[in-house]
Amino acid sequence: MIKEIALQGLWKNNPGLVQLLGLCPLLAVTTSVINGLGLGLATTLVLAGSNLCVSSIRNWVRPEIRIPVFVMIIASLVTTVELAMNAWFHDLYRVLGIFIPLIVTNCAIIGRAEAFASRNSPLPAVFDGLMMGAGFTLVLLVLGGIRELLGHGTLLAGANMMFGADTDITLHVLADDSGFLLALLPPGAFIGLGLLVAAKNVIDRRLELRRQALPAIGAAASQAG
Amino acid sequence: MGNSDARRPTLKSMAVAAGVLALFAVVGVGLVALTEDSTHERIDRNEREFLLRSLNDVLPGERYDNALFEDTIQVVDADLLGTNQPVTVYRARNNGRPEAVILAPVAPDGYSGAIRLLVGINYDGTLTGVRVVAHRETPGLGDAIEVQRSDWILGFDQLSLKQPPLESWAVRRDGGQFDQFTGATVTPRAVVKAVRNSLLYFERHRDALFADEASGAASDSEAASPLKNQQEDRPHSQSETHSESEND
Repeated sequence: MIKEIALQGLWKNNPGLVQLLGLCPLLAVTTSVINGLGLGLATTLVLAGSNLCVSSIRNWVRPEIRIPVFVMIIASLVTTVELAMNAWFHDLYRVLGIFIPLIVTNCAIIGRAEAFASRNSPLPAVFDGLMMGAGFTLVLLVLGGIRELLGHGTLLAGANMMFGADTDITLHVLADDSGFLLALLPPGAFIGLGLLVAAKNVIDRRLELRRQALPAIGAAASQAG
Repeated sequence: MGNSDARRPTLKSMAVAAGVLALFAVVGVGLVALTEDSTHERIDRNEREFLLRSLNDVLPGERYDNALFEDTIQVVDADLLGTNQPVTVYRARNNGRPEAVILAPVAPDGYSGAIRLLVGINYDGTLTGVRVVAHRETPGLGDAIEVQRSDWILGFDQLSLKQPPLESWAVRRDGGQFDQFTGATVTPRAVVKAVRNSLLYFERHRDALFADEASGAASDSEAASPLKNQQEDRPHSQSETHSESEND
């Protein structure tokens, strides 16, 4: 069960690559790894929190009002996270700006509330939220990494916004001014995400082929033997 | 009969549903209010620190000894400061003597909208520094005006309307002395113009800026009049807003 939930969130049913939910913040924020990490963590926090709340109240909220209740829970949580980020990660808050309130509109959150949390007990629900959030964060990180690397030639620039003023762990991978502008512009985000989705499909196909091939080989071997 | 039976529970369940919804609204609002209450001091402090950090980027903290936040006035000059909204002027003093001002003008003609700046000007009319506060220029092209991206903006330090002369206050493509960026001329042009206009504004209003009571509005007409001649000497080549400003 636990393994299945993790696998669903991180790979099989990844919100960014398979469900294609929350594309607006996903595409807009991923100009660098750190931006992606910040939004990913905030989204994960909201996902886990909303799944927990939704799951705990699932037995005494009538089905006909569940959606407005979910919306209210999610909106309150997002506002809380936004205020907390403004208070404790002010610089990052400045960068992520309007995308924090936009977590409310991330369909992945209400999607998980409806599809999973409202049908399961709190513990698996929280775990599902964490795994879905982790899957989303992973996509944000990879896409942010690709775009930052191609666009600025760096990785992890701006880590001081998250981890305090004296953590500069920027990696200058490519020479300065070698930026590939398209990667930073919105079309670059779409192309990057498209490539990631394609890559995932290719990997899935390979795995599937191998799975089909293995028993066949086994059968052939036993026949020959 | 079946109908009336079905109706009563529906009305009741509607009331219950409304009650549950209201309950969640109250809990949600309560949660947000509690968080707001426990974070707003910290957020205020963050905002102030951020502003002070930006101001100190433009004018080092050791240059003044007054409370920069309190010693401000609001001025309006749509032509030179780029917006018809009031622009904040921070006045830095040392031992009570005027030391410098920091203006927060707007470059209205960036490539994708207004660029908000902080411009620090010494009492003698030289620049202490310029920084971009907010912009929406193209990443990778126009965003070289950010100090994190390139040190182009540092090139303004110590310049004034005399050094270089007024006609050189333009990007190279327009015959001036400031570098444009590869692939982006509009952005640096807008910033150069806004900085130059801030200097012109300061030159015309300097004494009025320091004389006014804090948070009062600088009176435009008095301050402008002694410097009318200066205005007419200005070259015409530079831009439309510029020529409009000669009619004021």
